[in-house]
Amino acid sequence: MKLRLTGLLLSALVLAPAIALAQGDGIQIENAWSRAAIQGRTGVVYLTIVDHGAADRLTGVSSPVAQRAQLHESFSEAGVSKMRPVPSLELDQGKPVVLAPGGYHIMLMDLKRPLNQGDTFPVTLTFANAGQVTVQVAVQGAGAAMPMHMPMHGNGMPGTKP
Amino acid sequence: MSASTHPPSQASRRHALIYGSIGLVVALLILGAGTFVWLTQGGTASLVGGPFTLQNGNGQQVTDRDFRGKYMLVYFGYTFCPDVCPTTLNEVADAMDKLGARADRLQPIFISVDPKRDTPEVVKQYAAAFGPRLIGLTGTPEQVAAVAKEYRVYYAERRTGPGPNDYSMDHSSVLYLMGPDGKFVAPIRPDQNGTEMAADIGRLMS
Repeated sequence: MKLRLTGLLLSALVLAPAIALAQGDGIQIENAWSRAAIQGRTGVVYLTIVDHGAADRLTGVSSPVAQRAQLHESFSEAGVSKMRPVPSLELDQGKPVVLAPGGYHIMLMDLKRPLNQGDTFPVTLTFANAGQVTVQVAVQGAGAAMPMHMPMHGNGMPGTKP
Repeated sequence: MSASTHPPSQASRRHALIYGSIGLVVALLILGAGTFVWLTQGGTASLVGGPFTLQNGNGQQVTDRDFRGKYMLVYFGYTFCPDVCPTTLNEVADAMDKLGARADRLQPIFISVDPKRDTPEVVKQYAAAFGPRLIGLTGTPEQVAAVAKEYRVYYAERRTGPGPNDYSMDHSSVLYLMGPDGKFVAPIRPDQNGTEMAADIGRLMS
């Protein structure tokens, strides 16, 4: 009896990380990028979340570079730009949720250090089911309109002016 | 309630009220049409823009008169704005590049609507991130309120948390093209890319 219980506990210990990993695998974060920003001010993180597993919900965000981070949404109403915190974001299987300029974004508040073009920093996303997923964010120019590694041809990247 | 329950005097008073209301609506329609005609005939010149006194990134006093002889492209925003303002300001920088030599006659100006947090130094640092041409201006809350009123700009604080810095600003997003004489030329849509913005501005510059 005691042996069986130990065995059960052991298998639980072995299985737990595997389950966590499998859940984490259900969520894929792509194209995480940010813009250069001033220390003490606000920063931004844009990324795309693809949920390969069951429906989930993004419930929280954090980063060591900021005192606090929140999920925000920007929108325009009768010619007025507005920005509001969003408590959570629903994720459907296989349907990418895009955080991009002028819409959903992660707002980094009270930056502990400046974000310089070329830097990378981690951001952790907390999901209701998948748990925490940490991703590295690449910092682009202050006015960058899209991630550097996305194909864009012509006369250079926006926001990388001298 | 039906009309039959009222004595005649009350019914006639009600009729007077109805006719009066109709008269008022008609009067308002005529007034509105008149205003519309006046606006489309260039009457807005006196409605948007006007004299202002603000501070530049070095804390020096700046007025609208300092920009006479140049077109001004005026945008209102705030430095705690990480999403919309940088997006627009980047398109402005791109438009300046696209305008080529004509850009020498155009001064893009960023005016903070968050004077409580936006000191001259911060505004300078913020504006500099969008190229050397953009000038960042701020001022006392009264100076900012005055310029916002002149430009018919709406701005308001919206709390996002309990801390002193936990607020965002709602603000009018349109850009204003002002002539070399300081008079209003046209609004420039913020939701277009630098190329489109440059085409709009180029058409309006003489």
